[in-house]
Amino acid sequence: MIAIDSRGYYGEFGGAYIPEMLHPNVEELRRAYSEVWKDEAFQKEFRALLKDYVGRPTPLYFAERLSEKYGAQIYLKREDLCHTGAHKVNNTIGQILLAKRLHKKFIIAETGAGQHGVATATVCALMGMPCIVYMGEIDIERQAPNVARMRMLGAEVRPATSGSKTLKDATNEAIRHWINHPTDTHYIIGSVVGPHPYPDMVARFQSVISEEMMWQLEEKTGRPDPDITIACVGGGSNAAGTFYHYLNRRHVRLIAVEAAGLGVDSGESAATSVLGTKGVIHGSRTLLMQTPDGQIVEPYSISAGLDYPGIGPLHAHLINSGRAEAISVTDDEAMQWAYYLSRMEGIIPALETAHAFAALDKLEYKKDDVIVINLSGRGDKDLNTFIKHYDQYNK
Amino acid sequence: MNRIQQLFADKPADILNVYFTARYPGLQDTEPVILALDDAGADLIEVGMPYSDPLADGPTIQESGTAAIQNGMTLDLLFEQIQSARQKTEIPMVMMGYFNQVMQYGEEKFFRKAKEAGVDGLILPDLPVYEYEQFYREMVEDLGLAISFLITPQTSEERIKQIDSLSRGFIYMVSNSSITGAKKEITQTQLDYFNRINAMDLDNPRLIGFGISSHETFKTACQYARGAIIGSAFIKALKAGKEVRESTTQFVQKILNVTA
Ligand SMILES: Cc1ncc(COP(=O)(O)O)c(C=O)c1O
Repeated sequence: MIAIDSRGYYGEFGGAYIPEMLHPNVEELRRAYSEVWKDEAFQKEFRALLKDYVGRPTPLYFAERLSEKYGAQIYLKREDLCHTGAHKVNNTIGQILLAKRLHKKFIIAETGAGQHGVATATVCALMGMPCIVYMGEIDIERQAPNVARMRMLGAEVRPATSGSKTLKDATNEAIRHWINHPTDTHYIIGSVVGPHPYPDMVARFQSVISEEMMWQLEEKTGRPDPDITIACVGGGSNAAGTFYHYLNRRHVRLIAVEAAGLGVDSGESAATSVLGTKGVIHGSRTLLMQTPDGQIVEPYSISAGLDYPGIGPLHAHLINSGRAEAISVTDDEAMQWAYYLSRMEGIIPALETAHAFAALDKLEYKKDDVIVINLSGRGDKDLNTFIKHYDQYNK
Repeated sequence: MNRIQQLFADKPADILNVYFTARYPGLQDTEPVILALDDAGADLIEVGMPYSDPLADGPTIQESGTAAIQNGMTLDLLFEQIQSARQKTEIPMVMMGYFNQVMQYGEEKFFRKAKEAGVDGLILPDLPVYEYEQFYREMVEDLGLAISFLITPQTSEERIKQIDSLSRGFIYMVSNSSITGAKKEITQTQLDYFNRINAMDLDNPRLIGFGISSHETFKTACQYARGAIIGSAFIKALKAGKEVRESTTQFVQKILNVTA
């Protein structure tokens, strides 16, 4: 059985390694989240917003041309069609409702690609709550359209200028902000990372992805289980949502796709499960990229949403125990797929998502296997990058 | 009794604990800073283990850590430097760092090395009390290392009692819910919190830390606890000063309000 224990561990990974200053906040959340999750009124409100505001259920689309090319039955779970353009909003809807129940007045978040920042700014606008989003200086530059969207939605975007100036340090800054504002602020974490209960809470909010996949597949193929599911992993929230209801259905293969950057051995990579060792990052015991002395390494990926030196504890456990398979995909392979998918299926994917597709070239599968790829987000935010490299990839 | 417990047995009030980041400002400054702090009148030294992602620390300590890592700091080197300083001083020394550093070094190896180097205590702000009690307490206590856990104005009474039962030497009383280096004045709310803790009749003495930066704040803190901890303000003084010994001496004298 893959399950989380009462102290927030999946096997040896997880827990809450936090300074005492954070303890009351995290403890309050821990007490509240599973109660709230079981609460009927909460579920009703959550489901209603997912339906009418986010636009769920998202379609499960049979990609005919891709299927023909790869000799498999390839379905795309269209999280790119969620309001705001990615799966991130499933989680922010859940967390803002929780924050309201806890009578919080202010919302903070971190963001890498800006999708989680936009999704947070969106639900804050929806609920009329002030919102501060921490974003690395480098990411502010490479994801400019999302910065503009957050501002448009009334959020304040605060640059994280320390360390790597990307997602890792944006997360540090958000945590520090939370320490400084211990009673009135809720921190909406954007992935299945951080101290318990965040990884489990975010996974539950994202689990709607595989919940829908099950009945949609049943409708389309006659059985709820695919042979293979594929998702990209930054912190791992879209993957957690995609895998969630299949975790204990062992015949379903779970493929976690990590960003190899310039190559796993290049020194410029974010392939945590290959390059990482056991340690503690952002309050969670998991796999992370670090020096032998325990200094956290600055990762690299062209994709801001995958440029993170850790993975959520659930994924550390799944990969370490062999339940999930990890595959690494380079910048170059992901870029090729971004152009390719656009032409093949008329869908411009987010750069993060393009990594997941590249797994098709690396996987062994049987003819006519049912494969579901989670199309976690759309590529509008990456247009600058696509335009910049257009000639290089379209000769 | 280890040196920390001895200090609290000998000195009833006004205990000055100064934090500095190892290998900061310069590569070879660990020992000179320790010796200068001792000579200038500090009672206890908290040696910060430079870390890439110090979640509980503000920009001042984080920057000093980044600089120290760039200076080439490793834990083995740090243990050597502490051991060498230990030959020349009997001042109690505490190592402060983050649990990931201890984990990578190997927990048991880390605790042993610390003891061998002449370290008396530990502060690991992100080591949860449950995990400590389950996995490390026996090891740490058998070695005679004194571990200090933190409490804040938001820590519940029940939890304070648990922390008191696990702490040895002293409890680190965080003055205000904040990261290091934040606030400057001590407010009435904080005084109420100090009084509330004092009324609890805990086993461990307390040192107040976070936001102590001047003679005035130090004196106020000393009225409500056995002493205080100063970190960011000292790092700033080291950064601004020219020569480590001189800036250390001047800083400690200013805090204690004495002249040489
Ligand atoms: C479209 C998209 N997919 C995936 C990710 C990676 O996050 P996670 O691994 O939490 O799904 C992001 C993060 O920004 C994203 O925007």
